[in-house]
Amino acid sequence: MKEVILVGLNHHTAPVEIRERISFPEEELDRYLKALYDLPSVAEGLILSTCNRVEIYAATKVPDKGVEEIKAFLAHQHHLSVPEFENNLYVLQGEELVSHVFRVASSLDSMVVGEPQILGQIKEAYRTAHTAKGTGTLLNKLLHKAFSVAKRVRTETSIGNGAVSVSFVAVELAKRIFANLDEKEVLIIGAGEMCELTAQHLVRGGIKKVLVANRTEKRAVELAERFHGEAIPFSELPHALLRADIVISSTGSQDVIVSKKDVSAIIKKRKNSPLFFIDIAVPRDIDPQVNTIDNVYLYDIDDLQEVAEANIKDRQHEAQRAEEIVSTEAKQFCRWYQSLEVIPTIISLKEKMEKIREKELGKTLAALPQLSEKERRALEALSEAIVKKIIHAPISLLKKESRNSEGETYVDVVQKLFGLDEE
Amino acid sequence: MNVIFFQITLLFYVCGTIAYLIYLVSFHRKVAWVGRMLLSVGFIAHCLTFFLRYIEAGHTPVINLYESLSFFAWLVVGLYLLLRFRYKVEVLGAFVSPLALLLVIWAATLPKEILSLPPILKSWWFPIHVTFAFLGYAAFTLAFCAGVVYLIQERLVKTKNIGTFLERLPSLEVLDKISYRALTIGFPLLTIGIITGAAWAEYAWGAYWSGDQKETWSLITWLLYAALLHQRLMVGWRGKKAAIMAIVGFGAVLFTFLGVNLLMEGHHTYAAWFR
Repeated sequence: MKEVILVGLNHHTAPVEIRERISFPEEELDRYLKALYDLPSVAEGLILSTCNRVEIYAATKVPDKGVEEIKAFLAHQHHLSVPEFENNLYVLQGEELVSHVFRVASSLDSMVVGEPQILGQIKEAYRTAHTAKGTGTLLNKLLHKAFSVAKRVRTETSIGNGAVSVSFVAVELAKRIFANLDEKEVLIIGAGEMCELTAQHLVRGGIKKVLVANRTEKRAVELAERFHGEAIPFSELPHALLRADIVISSTGSQDVIVSKKDVSAIIKKRKNSPLFFIDIAVPRDIDPQVNTIDNVYLYDIDDLQEVAEANIKDRQHEAQRAEEIVSTEAKQFCRWYQSLEVIPTIISLKEKMEKIREKELGKTLAALPQLSEKERRALEALSEAIVKKIIHAPISLLKKESRNSEGETYVDVVQKLFGLDEE
Repeated sequence: MNVIFFQITLLFYVCGTIAYLIYLVSFHRKVAWVGRMLLSVGFIAHCLTFFLRYIEAGHTPVINLYESLSFFAWLVVGLYLLLRFRYKVEVLGAFVSPLALLLVIWAATLPKEILSLPPILKSWWFPIHVTFAFLGYAAFTLAFCAGVVYLIQERLVKTKNIGTFLERLPSLEVLDKISYRALTIGFPLLTIGIITGAAWAEYAWGAYWSGDQKETWSLITWLLYAALLHQRLMVGWRGKKAAIMAIVGFGAVLFTFLGVNLLMEGHHTYAAWFR
């Protein structure tokens, strides 16, 4: 019977130097899949490659050989030798594998727990493998179950809720204030890295235009170019404050750059059009009193951090609940899978016994031609009864054990005892 | 017949309101959908109530308190459902539906016999005047609800109280837009309501203005909303101030609609009819 194996590495087990060397770019995935399906031991296969993980799932009749072949495959495709990365690999099978794939799909194994992209990525990986006709019953069942577990985790826990990084919190807040980011302009004061990151998220959120003001103009121009924005001289700041809807500030200045008086005057000129300040500078650039003005909202780095931390805590709490869901689902899935294994075993046990009975009965009857029809029938009934009695105990044991985790062992033992795996 | 439909309406409004309130705590999108469907079915039943009563009475059935409350609730729900097409803000339903429900429950406790139309109301001016005035009221009711939600959200953002609630309320800008839109729709409607009332008064009694309490209070209400509109358009009022003003204005609406009729004597008093 076939079994699923997993050979993979992720951000927990492998440093980025290794991860970047062993990756399967999306454009060439078809070619890689083809090479994977050419491995003699691989009956079904799937490659999941994201920036944080590379995992190869395969269904095979010979797990040990399969693992070796896949390791060699990884080495060969990326021009490495197996020992170079072998220590970074994890190899999973059985219930461990099932719960792993459920955790990955549910984003419990992600760098940022609860991030939503991974489910899409794993779905895409499955779709590609499926189109390449590389998945069969086993992987289909496993992956579909993983998708539904991920969905269950998403609806029953709030693991994906709440922004968990300062810059995402800023974007979330902007969306609470403004209806549509794509009509808004963001002004960056000071060209620090945090500013850039936050602006990046805002731009991805749809922001229309980025303005950059920096004391050294060269850096402002550089940053503005990156966002196809506009660099403005630092002296024009008051003017820019009239245009912008969101202001991100992180200068190294020791003094306040924007005072309450400035903003009061500006907001009047803006006809009270809302203004959202994100002050990520320490010491702060924007007078905290600004927040008391109507239609002006100010969040400093501590406020944002607090929100992010609260959200992280929420997520961790939710992650625990999600783990419980995953582990019960994984157990259930394995039980279901084992019960599949029991049925063929029972059938082949019955078939084998029947074959022996017929053969031996035939021999006996051939040696005793003088028996009457009645006696022949009695012999036949006798043989049937013996076989039935003998296999009754093993079959009911198999059926019973298939419902718990020991099932696999019993299937194995019965197959060996009765020599079922010989044909 | 119309009373049966009224009771069906009431039943659906009760269920719809419950669903919306559950949505307010749970924020399951499906619950809001259920709420909206229940409210919509209730609204259809309400339409039938109104239509049947119109046929049975032979005149626009807005002459006693029961009918007026029901009519008001009907317009509020109808306008909300219309607004929902434009702005996908489910939370507003959780504020509009209980309000409409309260009106309908109050109406349910009142006598429901169809009264004959007093001679004074036998005029084509009557349905026109009443409909415009009430449409104005209904629009202001929505502005009020949007204003309340705005103030809640504004408070949450300002105090940096970032619970999950904040995440689920509509953005401040949308709430302000809804309030403004409702104002710009409600104001002309109320204006027409007042003008038709005056014209009718001139036609019936020979005077545009007779100093009736209802007239005085309508004027006060109108002036309040005129001031709000002016501040919004000319001074650029937005957000919190405008929201507070919309809430104050709604207080005036309620008093003009109910306070005057119940507490004072005049042409608009229901007291004479609703016993």
